Amino acid sequence: MNNNLLRTFHPSTAKRNRTWLRLLSLGLGLACWQVTSVFSGMEVFILPPPLAVWSRLVVAVQDGSLFRDIGVTLSEVVLGLIVGVTFATVLGYSVAKSRALEQVLSPYLVASQAIPIVAIAPLLVLWFGYGMFSKVLICALIVFFPVLINTIVGIRAVPQAFYDLMDSLRATRRQILLKVEIPAALPIFLGGLRIGATLSVIGAVVGELVGSKYGLGNLINRARVGYDMPMVYVAVFMLIFLALGLYGIVARVEKKLLRWQEQK
Amino acid sequence: MTTEPILTVKKLSVVFPDSNGGLHALDDISFEASPRDFICFLGPSGSGKTTLLRILASLLKPTAGEIGFLHNQKPQIGMVFQQSNLMPWRSVMDNIKLPLELDGVDEVNARGKTQEMIDLVGLNGFEDSWPRDLSGGMAQRVAIARALIHDPDLLLLDEPFASLDAMTRERMWMELSRIWHARQKTVIMVTHSINESLFLADRVLVLTQRPGQIKLDLKVDLPRPRNDDIRYTPHFGKLARKLREAIE
Repeated sequence: MNNNLLRTFHPSTAKRNRTWLRLLSLGLGLACWQVTSVFSGMEVFILPPPLAVWSRLVVAVQDGSLFRDIGVTLSEVVLGLIVGVTFATVLGYSVAKSRALEQVLSPYLVASQAIPIVAIAPLLVLWFGYGMFSKVLICALIVFFPVLINTIVGIRAVPQAFYDLMDSLRATRRQILLKVEIPAALPIFLGGLRIGATLSVIGAVVGELVGSKYGLGNLINRARVGYDMPMVYVAVFMLIFLALGLYGIVARVEKKLLRWQEQK
Repeated sequence: MTTEPILTVKKLSVVFPDSNGGLHALDDISFEASPRDFICFLGPSGSGKTTLLRILASLLKPTAGEIGFLHNQKPQIGMVFQQSNLMPWRSVMDNIKLPLELDGVDEVNARGKTQEMIDLVGLNGFEDSWPRDLSGGMAQRVAIARALIHDPDLLLLDEPFASLDAMTRERMWMELSRIWHARQKTVIMVTHSINESLFLADRVLVLTQRPGQIKLDLKVDLPRPRNDDIRYTPHFGKLARKLREAIE
């Protein structure tokens, strides 16, 4: 707070104005939606007005059922991210360091990307069951590729001059990894992670729509079958918030770690 | 009393393999460096100057010849490159501190030593700056500080001021001269500037066009400490002419 007082007046007002503009735009959008659904004469189960969605949300929060589904989806998304990112980073680093390994693996890596995840999701659910495990697997698979590619590109982009410097100082492999390769590859790697985080949410929902017991995707199916359209919208909005939240966390981490890159 | 050379290079030659029989970069290079010598290799581009430094830094293996070090021990090396080569994710302080981190010096000690070095190269107040905010001359000073921080036996400078403008470059000569005097290091520097080599070095070795051979070994008997005026003395002019003739 004190910091804000010390800053010049101008930037903070500009920032406040931007926030107002954003809220205004959201409010206008919601108002359009409300007006359309009330005056277009569409059935509520085709286009429920935002207020109906809101009251359905309040009920779902009060009886607690929503939290179970959010919890399941969030766990799948986060676990999938962790597994996918771990494998992609380790493999990406190895491939970046070894042209031979790249030659051996690249046909499989490219082929794995040619198969749309939506097409194999039913198979994975069939093989690994309706529980969380199959969803975590789908998330990990969908996260894998962008993180892998960005790890490879990031490591390959490390300037030779830094290796020369480290060699002239007789640095160990481990020191080169920790003090040069990781920080130098970080900006590109985090770009991959940002894409991966939002893709992971998609992976979880696809898996849940195919076959599941709980989760927001499952909630969409349940509500749709019961003609509870406001609930479908509640689930969709929860998914949007989930994806935005994850994206926001990665963006914040990025900002903190890449302070040195910031433009003035 | 003669001091034992810290570095002995004998009949060094380097051939880079290529499609038509190999590119002969250096040929039959022999010289010695005593402790606290400031030696300059002067030569046109393509005379294998950088290749020579890379060999001395063990970044490259020679095709033939030997390099001997004092007590048969590979010396600690500090190297300054043509570009400052600073890590953009490290502050000025952390860039200079890097060699100490690699040697496992504890943080408190390392910071203390780094601060001393920052004072020596005149970068007070810029400890926490990012490299992107530094001018070319300042960045090169950080690079010199980084090359000196771990008290190396041998300082290797690869045209460290080539990317600077003329005014800054001349100011950096004075700085380097002063730092070298304060730290008493053995320095091997490569350059293509006659003025630079005469201003800084005790000895100038002139390299020929590829394959680089030593054409002239000139002792620079100008008094120290040297300042700007020395460049306008007749003796400086005489030495410069000798070097110029050797290059052509």
